[in-house]
Amino acid sequence: MAGTIDEAQVRKVAKLARLELTDEEVKRFSRDLAAILEYIQKLNELNTDGVEPLAHCLPITNVLRDDIVRPSLGAEATLANAPDRYEDYFKVPSIFDDNSGA
Amino acid sequence: MNDLEYQVVVGLEIHVHLATRTKMFCSCELAYGQAPNSRVCPVCLGMPGVLPIMNRQAVEFAILTAMALNCRVSPYTKWDRKSYYYPDLPKNYQISQYDLPIGQDGFIEIPIEQGRTKRIRIRRAHLEEDAGKNTHTFGDFSAIDLNRAGSPLLEIVTEPDLSSPAEVRALAQELQRIVRYLGVSEADMQKGHMRFEPNINLHVTRNGQVFKTPITEVKNLNSFRSIERSVAYEIERQLDEFIETGKTLQMGNKKTFGWDDESQCTVLQREKEEAHDYRYFPEPDLVPVEVSTEWMESIRSRLCELPLMREKRYIQQYRMSEYDAGVLTADRATAELFESAVQAGGEAKRVCNLLTQSGLKMSNDRGCTMAELGISPDKLARLAKMADNGQISATSAVLIFETMTQSTDEPEQIAAERNLIQKSDAGEIEVLVDQVIADHPQAVADWREGGKKSAKSRGFLMGQVIQKSKGQANPKMVSEILDRKK
Repeated sequence: MAGTIDEAQVRKVAKLARLELTDEEVKRFSRDLAAILEYIQKLNELNTDGVEPLAHCLPITNVLRDDIVRPSLGAEATLANAPDRYEDYFKVPSIFDDNSGA
Repeated sequence: MNDLEYQVVVGLEIHVHLATRTKMFCSCELAYGQAPNSRVCPVCLGMPGVLPIMNRQAVEFAILTAMALNCRVSPYTKWDRKSYYYPDLPKNYQISQYDLPIGQDGFIEIPIEQGRTKRIRIRRAHLEEDAGKNTHTFGDFSAIDLNRAGSPLLEIVTEPDLSSPAEVRALAQELQRIVRYLGVSEADMQKGHMRFEPNINLHVTRNGQVFKTPITEVKNLNSFRSIERSVAYEIERQLDEFIETGKTLQMGNKKTFGWDDESQCTVLQREKEEAHDYRYFPEPDLVPVEVSTEWMESIRSRLCELPLMREKRYIQQYRMSEYDAGVLTADRATAELFESAVQAGGEAKRVCNLLTQSGLKMSNDRGCTMAELGISPDKLARLAKMADNGQISATSAVLIFETMTQSTDEPEQIAAERNLIQKSDAGEIEVLVDQVIADHPQAVADWREGGKKSAKSRGFLMGQVIQKSKGQANPKMVSEILDRKK
């Protein structure tokens, strides 16, 4: 496991996260992230042979609810924080690559 | 010109909307066609600080379907976040299942030609949440309705075992029938309850060498016709492209297409320059699901005989045509109506005919299933018996069937009120036959003489007797008595 991260990796992750970074930011994040990764590296010192991967940190399973309808917020409250609306819809910049239902 | 041999290879990804009352992780009502953003809460809005809670019914529906698809059901499953950057899912991730899906390694039997079936392997079946709905037609912006966001979806992925457009369609239809049988989805195509994404490529043999064409994925198909046609179109398109360019499958040259229903062709949406990096990671807000043997068995007890098995059984047991068996097993309630009526003493062929002829037409007209026409198995059986023992004619049986869908009256009562009971009193019928013979000497002579006119004259005499009885004489008896007098 490499303890460092290069600028190309930062750009790739930024792209995947739809973040636009300046060259200056790419440099800074490469440095900062490398430091964080190095710190986390400490975990690699532990011997984890024979330890089951952990799916969740709480020793609980099966938190389920019954299929019973409870009131929703209603359109007005739902849209109260919306930056923009069109009738009772959220209004957002045009989505060209419609990936809905992915 | 190009004498290429090729094999079609298709795998199918299917999203099935589960018929729960509420969403996957919150208690908002699942409702189709409601006012926009009226079924939304802080959880499905992705507000900070909220916690999702699993819908037990959705988990059980998913397990039940996985069992029906012969999957290995995981006794332990968990949830993962899949990065997602569209406003129709405002959390910026979709809750899904990555490495521990609910079901794995199953199969589905699909009907192919001549009553044969083919086994298609199922790679996995997992639960996830649906996104909201985008509308782009109001102006130069997109409008988002989050009512659908967070609805439970079961994603089913097949192995690439399908080898023709017809097989792809058959699988889609068979799966629709299965989920309806299980009662886990309405599977209404018009409402988008099932969406299909075929992955298609060809294995072309040229000069003894096999070439694999680049895989294309067609997104979001929601009708059986469009699935079949888009696959057929892609086969042609890929073959042309291969002949022209010789391009073959490589890492990263998978393409995504959409289907244009108007021009009936696929349209390139994007070329993937790298494998999708969804950056899955374990969902910390949801604890894993452990399915105990006990829970598993209680779900398994809800499994029923699946439609294709039932269809085959009808063909064997009742000597039914494939068509009739298909109509009767189209939905579970109708199949159960049929079987209960037969159990109540209705002759299978007669019950079948009443349903597949009158019943089917009426249910189509009313947009419901045959079981929803409101005829109880017991009444259906009695009606069939009346027709069978000649108390009523086949035509009257249809009329009574129709009347029964609109009233609670007994079939016997309707028959009596409408004067549909056939006269089967031999003495009474004989009187009528004698009168007709006396009234029509010429026809009688032609009939008795034999020859060309005989059959026609006999038919005429039959008709006269029936008419004299005001349509109530049992034709079978009239025929017998008449022939005795030849």
